Amino acid sequence: MAELTDTDREGGESRSFRAELSVADVHGWFVREVLPLEPILMQYLHHNWRNKSDLGDLRQDIYVRVCEAAQKGLPENTKAFLLTSARNYLINRMHRERVVSIETAANLDDLGIAMDEPGADRVVIAREELRRLQIALDDLPDRPREAVVLGRIEGLSRREIAERMGISESTVRQHLMYGMRVLADLLSDDGHDPGKSL
Amino acid sequence: MTDRNPTAQTPVEIEDAAASWLERKNFAQWREADQAELEEWLAASWSHRVAFWRLETAWSRAERLTALRNPARTKIEPAKKAGPSLLLRAASAMLIAAIAGVWGYTQFERPNDTRYATGLGERKTLQLADGSRIELNTATTLRVSRGSDHRTVWLDKGEAYFDIKHNAANPFTVFAAGHRISDLGTKFSVRSDANRLKVSLVEGLARIDDANGASKAASAILSPGDVALATATSLKVVKKPEQELRDQLGWRRGLLVFVHATLADVAAEFNRYNETKIVIADPAVAQRRIGATFPSQDLEDFAVLARTSLRLHVEQRDGNIIISR
Repeated sequence: MAELTDTDREGGESRSFRAELSVADVHGWFVREVLPLEPILMQYLHHNWRNKSDLGDLRQDIYVRVCEAAQKGLPENTKAFLLTSARNYLINRMHRERVVSIETAANLDDLGIAMDEPGADRVVIAREELRRLQIALDDLPDRPREAVVLGRIEGLSRREIAERMGISESTVRQHLMYGMRVLADLLSDDGHDPGKSL
Repeated sequence: MTDRNPTAQTPVEIEDAAASWLERKNFAQWREADQAELEEWLAASWSHRVAFWRLETAWSRAERLTALRNPARTKIEPAKKAGPSLLLRAASAMLIAAIAGVWGYTQFERPNDTRYATGLGERKTLQLADGSRIELNTATTLRVSRGSDHRTVWLDKGEAYFDIKHNAANPFTVFAAGHRISDLGTKFSVRSDANRLKVSLVEGLARIDDANGASKAASAILSPGDVALATATSLKVVKKPEQELRDQLGWRRGLLVFVHATLADVAAEFNRYNETKIVIADPAVAQRRIGATFPSQDLEDFAVLARTSLRLHVEQRDGNIIISR
């Protein structure tokens, strides 16, 4: 388990109580440190959990746990903390669902390797970020992509998008909601071949 | 574990609710009361928060894509029914073929532009200060702005391949044949031919639109594999297999790659590179198709193939190569 650091924001007094962080602090940490690790987390879950349709649920539960824990003190090494939490969560869940298999248990040790990787994964250079965005956008189904392009890139309102696409506003809303969700998934999907060029 | 999810919703339902909030926040009227309601929802559970934060972060990351927006037509354009939106695609590198000058397109010649040109069969590579690279194909003229940025290029005629270092603050723009191509980083090639502009996107994202705002053909966002064919009045986007784009870029290695091409096309392509022209004298022969790869300046190779494999009559006359039955 990763060490938790004592956060000393308010000075001596709060320190003795180990006051909880504010939700805003956890929010900042989560966005800055945890979300960029999502590709690594998903890769880990993918390798260690057989039922792929569970992965989104697992991710969500793990995020809840790391945020709850982080409120008591931010970990020094977010990556180690996240992956350790993931492993513990998977073990608990396997016990609960009685799906332990030797193979799965052995794979959980991959954690060590994942944690030893150089830390470059968080330094997503601008070009790579853009490439990832492009791929994600491109992978959206046609209609949601059109709605996202008009809404996010062109900055059109829901009503304008509806007129442009010749569909109702409520349908536009559905496309946008779908696009937002899939975009988030695709952005953490590292499965694409990065070296594709002519 | 039960207290984590007071409403007993599944993670999928929670994510759906989060998406619903995010959509409302971005696309509907957003009043103080709405904000208060959202905050209440977020406060109810960590699972609500992480789901919303995650979607919100991804959505704001996607903001980078707004670099694609065409500043000229953002607000003014009245909403139209369907049409151009069907062309909207997201893309990666672009490959542009254009034939310039033919539409009376104003060439904004500025004293500070640097002009580069290649002769027939010549190729040249430019290295720009920002690390971007431009390869000029045969018989090509282009100008690079000499401002502090060097980020605007006019392709006056011919074809060029661009490998661009992306800079969100300072997008790279190519003007060709009355169109503007704005890239979001990456690689593309531009060819300027008779009255047609052809933009093929290899990698990255690019946008093509009418440079003068004169045409109603509007614009398109291109994704990898997209080939945009533009004339003064139309814009069409088709998806091509990667191999085809690769073949199209054979010139960068001095090669012409033909797949199921008519001899008329083969001749036209060779003629872009050589003083000695290939003339197909017989219309029926011109429609025969071949698949082959030739060095772009090796007419002898082609002549031999025509004579031996196609059993055509090949003759040198007036410095040209005449092919007939």
